[in-house]
Amino acid sequence: MTVTPGSAREAVLGRIRDALTLAPKPDTTVDRSYRTSRTLPDKQRLELLTDRLVDYKAQVHPCTADTTAETIAGVLAERRVRTVGVPAGLDRSWLAAFDGGTVQVDSADVPAPRLDALDGVVTASAVACAETGTIFLDGSPDQGRRALSLVPDLHVCVVDLSSVEVGVPEALARLVPERPTTLISGPSATSDIELERVEGVHGPRTLDVVIRTDA
Amino acid sequence: MSSTFLGMPAAPPRAPYGEGNLRGDKKFPEAAHTDLQNAQLRGNLHKATHTIRAKRLAVTGELPDWEELRAAGSAIKTDTMNRLPELLEQLEEKVTAAGGTVHWARDAVEANAIVTRLVEATGSREVIKVKSMATQEIGLNEHLEERGIKAHETDLAELIVQLAHDKPSHILVPAIHRNRDEIRQIFLKGIPGVDPGLDSVPAHLAAAARAYLREKFMTTKVAVSGANFGIAETGTLSVVESEGNGRMCLTLPDTLITVMGIEKVLPRYSDLEVFFQLLPRSSTGERMNPYTSLWTGVTPGDGPQDFHLVLLDNGRTAALADSVGREALNCIRCSACLNVCPVYERAGGHAYGSTYPGPIGAVLTPQLAGMHEAKDDPNSSLPYASSLCGACFDACPVKIDIPSLLVELRHQHTEESGRSAEKLAMKAAGAVMSRPKLYTSAQRTAALGRVVAGRDRKISHLPPPFSGWSGSRDTPAPPKQTFRSWLASAEGAAELRRAAEEGVPDGGPGTSRESADHGPGTHSADSGTDADSGPGSRPDSGSGSDSEEEQR
Repeated sequence: MTVTPGSAREAVLGRIRDALTLAPKPDTTVDRSYRTSRTLPDKQRLELLTDRLVDYKAQVHPCTADTTAETIAGVLAERRVRTVGVPAGLDRSWLAAFDGGTVQVDSADVPAPRLDALDGVVTASAVACAETGTIFLDGSPDQGRRALSLVPDLHVCVVDLSSVEVGVPEALARLVPERPTTLISGPSATSDIELERVEGVHGPRTLDVVIRTDA
Repeated sequence: MSSTFLGMPAAPPRAPYGEGNLRGDKKFPEAAHTDLQNAQLRGNLHKATHTIRAKRLAVTGELPDWEELRAAGSAIKTDTMNRLPELLEQLEEKVTAAGGTVHWARDAVEANAIVTRLVEATGSREVIKVKSMATQEIGLNEHLEERGIKAHETDLAELIVQLAHDKPSHILVPAIHRNRDEIRQIFLKGIPGVDPGLDSVPAHLAAAARAYLREKFMTTKVAVSGANFGIAETGTLSVVESEGNGRMCLTLPDTLITVMGIEKVLPRYSDLEVFFQLLPRSSTGERMNPYTSLWTGVTPGDGPQDFHLVLLDNGRTAALADSVGREALNCIRCSACLNVCPVYERAGGHAYGSTYPGPIGAVLTPQLAGMHEAKDDPNSSLPYASSLCGACFDACPVKIDIPSLLVELRHQHTEESGRSAEKLAMKAAGAVMSRPKLYTSAQRTAALGRVVAGRDRKISHLPPPFSGWSGSRDTPAPPKQTFRSWLASAEGAAELRRAAEEGVPDGGPGTSRESADHGPGTHSADSGTDADSGPGSRPDSGSGSDSEEEQR
């Protein structure tokens, strides 16, 4: 960054230094004695995550690695999905049981209005947090660009139980900060009108979570 | 030239007067007067604040380490302010390295000019906006409008406020002062092509907004957002939201312009583990808000390819220069303090006249914009818009001691206002009290006050300069006779003799403390309430028991 004398940058930084001289800095040490590095057995993590997701009005579908394809096909059939979008890096065997419809593989040059025409989207996920019922997407090839899991009205998200952490600190520690990351806790919602909760405003109005308990 | 070279620190300036939305046109009591009569508003506010309050208590109670998280949040923020210059430079370096462009704005005027220039450079005549306190503070929408650029608010509540040409009244739920029927009318009038058969069911109203805004999301090339957090270590920015309008704005346009107050920076990515627990639970009372976005500069093939970060001062450095007031900069805009405040619950957000209402607004607004910038500055009334009950301090996820900040601002106001009526009155009282004869005659004169009292023996209206006092509370009428004149009378002398003959009962209520409070022997009808408080408890100030006179 080139430094121009009299620039706003220099002025603001100068003001901050002046302020810190005028009002002495209080001593402080950050005590991180809150809970971190927690672990729970598989069964309890699954129960906790499921409880939280259901509380957010998301649909939860437990399955095993073997039954992933038929579980996803079941969800898509139930939601009457004809055209489903997938990121380029998604394991295509997951859609092996989906018949009678079209699978559209996403790429960066597909304009947003065309994503709007999809009935739904299937993606994997990076990490999940059981205590808050949060799924983290990080833009990896099996999750795709952010627009793909945003514009369609249905998001079918596959979560491997091995990627489910107990709390927020444990989940965040598994992320790569520089990747574009989205935290999803249930379908979109608003309480802006008389504080009455309405599920589904701009993001997907339906969130189906497929949890693979042995993956 | 920077003052650093001179070695003489200068007090940083406040946000410029008359720019943006950090000052109302009336003082708080006057502004609150109208809304206090609005039963709809008070009903909505009561429901909203109490509902969120209960949810917040339930989800914060779930976490056994809530207090440790609060302490960590507070310490991280204090540490951030101590290291602000280096952290901002680091943030700038990381954002730039990740393909973004960083701009610095001394104040609202400069920030508005930067955003306008950036929008104009894209050739777009409209922008979509994520709900943002910083852009509201600087009055960005109004400024863009003047330059012929239409800003579309995409948060449902902000859309309601914008279509109604209204102002937000709550940090989190800005349209809480509107009911569903009003919102239906606003949509019928304001949304082009809306179904004329639209009813007032909230889900249907939300669906109407979804359809209207979806077209904007698909076609608008430029978005403007605020930021909840900016990470110095990685250059990562974050927006926390519920509806998905934030994700739309941060993802679909070609250009993204983010306006962030300089105090929003955090040192480390891992600090988010604290704030992602504190913020949603304090704000909406949820374990986690539906959507949070994190992005670092530009990612090829994903999201806006042109990213600008505008770092805003606008009085923040002035707040930082105040050793007490700087704590207000630690605020993470959760609005928990609004929801527990008895004053906010009744007066509503508009009375504060600022983008930042409620307890935190009452300390942050004067810190950013000053409160003695003009004669009768409306902001000078904000530190008094509180009963100092302390509920806000208990609710604050980063432990901002709002009551102490309010008291400090009141002190500053009293110091600044020099020859105020209050100061003169105190001086006069001091002079009278130090001369016994004068005091006695003043007490006799005070009895004349009974003339202006109503039948309920309360004085509701006093002439200026005391009208400020009587405007918000009743004053008990002075008694007919003072204690001293009663004691000097024949009746008083007789009572005293009788008391001396009877003696003081053992352990009875006639202790010296009670005598001092109430005078000997006689009890008026009023004193019944005092007796309830019992010896040793605080006398009820409402019935005049803390005055020397016995009510007769």
